[in-house]
This record gives sequence, structure tokens and C-alpha cells, in this order.
Amino acid sequence: MKKEHPLFLCIKNSYLGQSWLVILLSIFFGFTLSGVQAFLQEKIDTNKSNQSMRIVPTLVPGAVTGKSVTVGDLTVYEALNQNNKRAGWVIPARGQGFADKIEILIGLTPDASSLSGLSVLNQKETPGLGSRITESSWLSQFIGKGTTDSLTPTKNPVPSKNEIRAITGATISSFSICQIVNENVKKFRAELRKQQADP
Amino acid sequence: MSKENPTALERFIWGIIPENPIFRQVLGTCPALAVSTDIKAALTMTCATAFVLICANTIISLIRHLLKPHLRIVVFVLTIASFVTIVDYLLAAFYYSMSLQLGPYVPLIIVNCIIICRCEVCASKQSVGVAISDAIGQSLGFGLALVSMASFREILGSGTWCGFRIMPDSWPNWVLMLLPPGAFFVFGFLIGAVNWFTSLKKNKSS
Repeated sequence: MKKEHPLFLCIKNSYLGQSWLVILLSIFFGFTLSGVQAFLQEKIDTNKSNQSMRIVPTLVPGAVTGKSVTVGDLTVYEALNQNNKRAGWVIPARGQGFADKIEILIGLTPDASSLSGLSVLNQKETPGLGSRITESSWLSQFIGKGTTDSLTPTKNPVPSKNEIRAITGATISSFSICQIVNENVKKFRAELRKQQADP
Repeated sequence: MSKENPTALERFIWGIIPENPIFRQVLGTCPALAVSTDIKAALTMTCATAFVLICANTIISLIRHLLKPHLRIVVFVLTIASFVTIVDYLLAAFYYSMSLQLGPYVPLIIVNCIIICRCEVCASKQSVGVAISDAIGQSLGFGLALVSMASFREILGSGTWCGFRIMPDSWPNWVLMLLPPGAFFVFGFLIGAVNWFTSLKKNKSS
């Protein structure tokens, strides 16, 4: 057997000598993926906003179409009725769920005093447990809830005014949705108030 | 079928029926059970998996001499995950409604054992040509399995095939077929049928 030079062996057994291929591939794939993202992100965002536009009328009663507007530094959808008058608001919101970021749309009444609908756009929660946050039977309990107080999830079968019945086995996902709604509605109400006070 | 170095053609043909990834190797059953509710989803899933499988097999085969035995799985997963992310972006950009329908099952291609199995069995040992034909054969086999399962489930469950109504209007849709139990029933029956067929052939030839 050929004896290898000690220096060569030293390099071969070093951290870099073992893992250089993994490192090079990571860099290569990293650049490829950022290229793909830079190239496609715009189109994906358009798809998403088209999708949101289609959902807008289902979140605000009486709305037939939506229009993207800026309130303060937030970009939201203004839901319009047949006469092109404001029927409500739809806020796109996102936040951390149990597994990954959850993206939702929050429907609000014109004065933003209560919720008029909720829809989950994107989630990667545990299938069968956390993924039940997309079910309309669960989401419908948000409709009509006031926005002055924060919503909290509860295990109580008969939830009180500002409580949301949590999904069995998915306490964190339920909590996340409440949290996302609370935070974003509060932010939006603050911006809306600012705009109305100083048009 | 345990020859040392099968040729490209053998690899290609084995993938379709004799070593069908779903019915014979029983690999990648998660997508097979989950997205075989209708033909369109099944075909999209097949294309996505085929793209990842072909790309991953090509890359792994190109760098097979550089692989270190104890780090090979890391390299496989890294390669597969990158291509899956690309597919995920492509679907979201060009076929958004399907991307929403398939949901987490596109990212889950990463853990589809068909791909890692092909990297391990074929691509890390054989040349690029063989690896590509192996990937195409396995993808066809995977597609065949998915489409046959989806056909049964869509026809019995919603009375349509690829969106076209083929059952009479009086057909009571077997909703069970669209639910998880239906997937297991069809899966079991088809594996049984394929095995029965193979044993018939074997008996004849012996």
C-alpha cells in the first residue's frame, strides 16, 4: 500500500477536507435559489394579491370588489359594494404559527369596530390538527367579535364574548391566529384613527 | 434483478413496472395516498417529482466520484431540497391554484424516499446517462401508479375523470373514496392486482 504524505493526510482529515463538497454545493444552491426567487417573486406576489382580491367579497358582507389602498404605512384592501362605496376593510396579515408563518386575511366592518370574516391564505401547520384553522366552521366564530378587546383562545366549550374556542390538539395554532388578528387589527385601528384625525 | 451494473435501458424499463416505485418498492406512499384524489393533482405531482428526480439524479451522478460515504446523505438531501424549492416557486408562479391545492405536499417531496433511494441505488454509482434514464423510468412508474390510483378515486368518488363527467348522473358519489380510507383501499387493491399479475406470469414461464 502506498504511504501517503502526512501533510496530505492532515488536510484530508481536516474539517474542510471532509466537508468542502457540502460547503461548495450549499453556496452554489444558495445562489441558484436566490436567483430563482428574484426572478419569480414578483409573479408570485401578483398571484397572491389576485387571490386575495377574489376572497375579499367573501369576508365583507355586501362587498363585490376590492381595491388596494394605503392607510398610514399599511397596505390593505378596501372592500367596495355595488355603488362603489366602502363596505369594509380587509387586512392581509402574517405571523408565526406552530410550524411556519401563517398568512391570513382579516375582514373588518367599515368603522373597524368588529370582525366580519377571516380566511387563511397560507399555512403549513400539522395536517389534521393545526391545519384545521382553515376550516370555515372554526373561522366563523370570529365573525362579529369586537375589536376593542384582545381575543384569547379558550378550552371552555362555551366561549365568552372575547374568547375563541381553541382546536383540540392545536392550541398553539389557535393561539397564533388570535395573536395575529389582535396585533394587526390594533395596528390598523391606530393608523385609521390617525388618518381620520388628520386627513 | 440484482445485477451489478444495469444498462440505461434496463433501468428505464425496470422503473415502469418490474421495480415500480409505488407498487413494487412501496416507496413514496405519502404523495401516492395524499394527492391521488383527482387526475390533475396526480399529474402535477408526477411532473414536480419527475423534475426533482431527474435533476437530483443528474447532479449526484456528476459528482459521484467526489462523494464521501459518511457525508453522502447530506449531499443528497441538500440537492433534493434545492430542486424542490425551485419547483415550489415555479408552481406558485405559474400554476397558483394547483400550488394552493397541493399545499404542503410539494415541499414534502424533499422527504419522498423514491428520490433519495434512486440517488443511493443508481445515481451515486452509475454514469449520467444511466442515472437520467433511471430517473425517467422511475418517474413514469410513479406517474402510472398515481394516475391509476387517481382514476379509481376520481371516477368512484366524484363520477368524473380529469374533470369530465363519465358516470351517469344517478351515480351516488362515493365520498369515502376521496377520503383517506379510500386511498388505502385503492392502494391495497392495486398492489394486490400487480402482485397477482406478476405471479401469474411467473407461473406461466416456469
